[in-house]
Amino acid sequence: MEKKLRILIAKPGLDGHDRGAKVIARALRDAGMEVIYTGLRQTPEQIVNAALQEDVDAVGLSCLSGAHNHLFPKVVELLKERGAADILVFGGGVIPDDDIPGLKVAGIREIFTPGTSTESVIEFLRSNAQQ
Amino acid sequence: MLNNNRPAWWEGFLAGDMRSLARAISAAEDQPALAHAALAELGGRLGRAHVVGITGPPGAGKSTLTGRLAQELLSRGFSLGLILVDPSSPFTGGAILGDRLRLPDISGDPRVFVRSMSSRGSMGGLSRATGDAIKLLDAFGKDVILVETVGTGQAETDIVSVADSVVVVAVPGLGDDIQAMKAGILEIADLFIVNKADRDGADKTERELRSMLRLQEQAQGEWDVPVLKTVATSGQGIQEAVDTLRAHYDHSEKSGGLRERRRNRIRMEINDLLGARMLRELRQQMTAADLAAAADRVIVGEITVYQVVDQLWSLFANSAVFILRGV
Repeated sequence: MEKKLRILIAKPGLDGHDRGAKVIARALRDAGMEVIYTGLRQTPEQIVNAALQEDVDAVGLSCLSGAHNHLFPKVVELLKERGAADILVFGGGVIPDDDIPGLKVAGIREIFTPGTSTESVIEFLRSNAQQ
Repeated sequence: MLNNNRPAWWEGFLAGDMRSLARAISAAEDQPALAHAALAELGGRLGRAHVVGITGPPGAGKSTLTGRLAQELLSRGFSLGLILVDPSSPFTGGAILGDRLRLPDISGDPRVFVRSMSSRGSMGGLSRATGDAIKLLDAFGKDVILVETVGTGQAETDIVSVADSVVVVAVPGLGDDIQAMKAGILEIADLFIVNKADRDGADKTERELRSMLRLQEQAQGEWDVPVLKTVATSGQGIQEAVDTLRAHYDHSEKSGGLRERRRNRIRMEINDLLGARMLRELRQQMTAADLAAAADRVIVGEITVYQVVDQLWSLFANSAVFILRGV
């Protein structure tokens, strides 16, 4: 039986802009993936709990508040603590180019900034999220 | 069989590890043979949970209600499993599972395990793997398992084949005489909840449900299906709903109804599995080209679909004899 990719799309932090997250969720659905969408204002702890219970292959984080340097690495760290370092973490949103290298060092595998095509996200997940 | 080939999650599952449970449910979805082998060894742990099904039309507030029921059950000391089923796309097989969005913040509570499932093409309101996921949560030791179906219409009644208590959620304003829920879904309710009861027409909906229920014959000592009103967003009516669900479970246990229900459920499950397996075997014996050729003969009026099936069946019945006798 074919293994379906399961992806959690979450919005950590306090901003209320979820259009980007919804566009990605929809594109991944259309690519045949199962997308667990948890909505706005999730704490890193909530996101990690959901990722573990849903047994996802990847977690996509969207943040437009500027708090990505704190929130994204926190999710990676908590996943590691819970023995789930194998779950791939990627991010998107309004993220300055200067911040990207630091986020990658912290374990975020890829950052997609505004203007990225949804195909490149799908392609990235297909080649990296299969366990 | 499992002895030689234990899945990586087996030890963790027995030890109560959450991620191992999550992996086991994934196996039920993607590697059913593995999950079935595991369930065969978990037999002694099964049948202890109270399985509650929550069904009703899209937008009735099932997810919000499920979240509120979960909160109330937690406050009464029960451990919980939640299974939230959303539809898959018939075109791509993909899905957006958004029921978690409506839950209050309970997923951090170690007594709760929440899992979203896509229907993966099943039409009855659940997915093929939902039954196994329920069994795994039961074996894991959850006291109560809440199963929310996809938004249903009139005939998606699969929930009755997995739940000990079925809640049918109605809302005001869906039409006269409860158009949205005629034969099928009305007959499976152990409890009706009129949600969004702060809206106009809630009393009318309640009255209609009650008068419809009065038309049903009821045997002595049989469960009297209640109609309750809730406002899930504010929590109004939730305590009474949980009281009623637990009362239904107690009633079923004492009256022997639970045993009877589970026996019927297992009979149905065996029937379904057998049917699916026979279909699979049969399909293996014919190609798409064979079927297309048969369809062409039907189009030109040479033969009817019934005759095609008769012919295919007689081929299959011969080879099926050994399958059936071999059991």
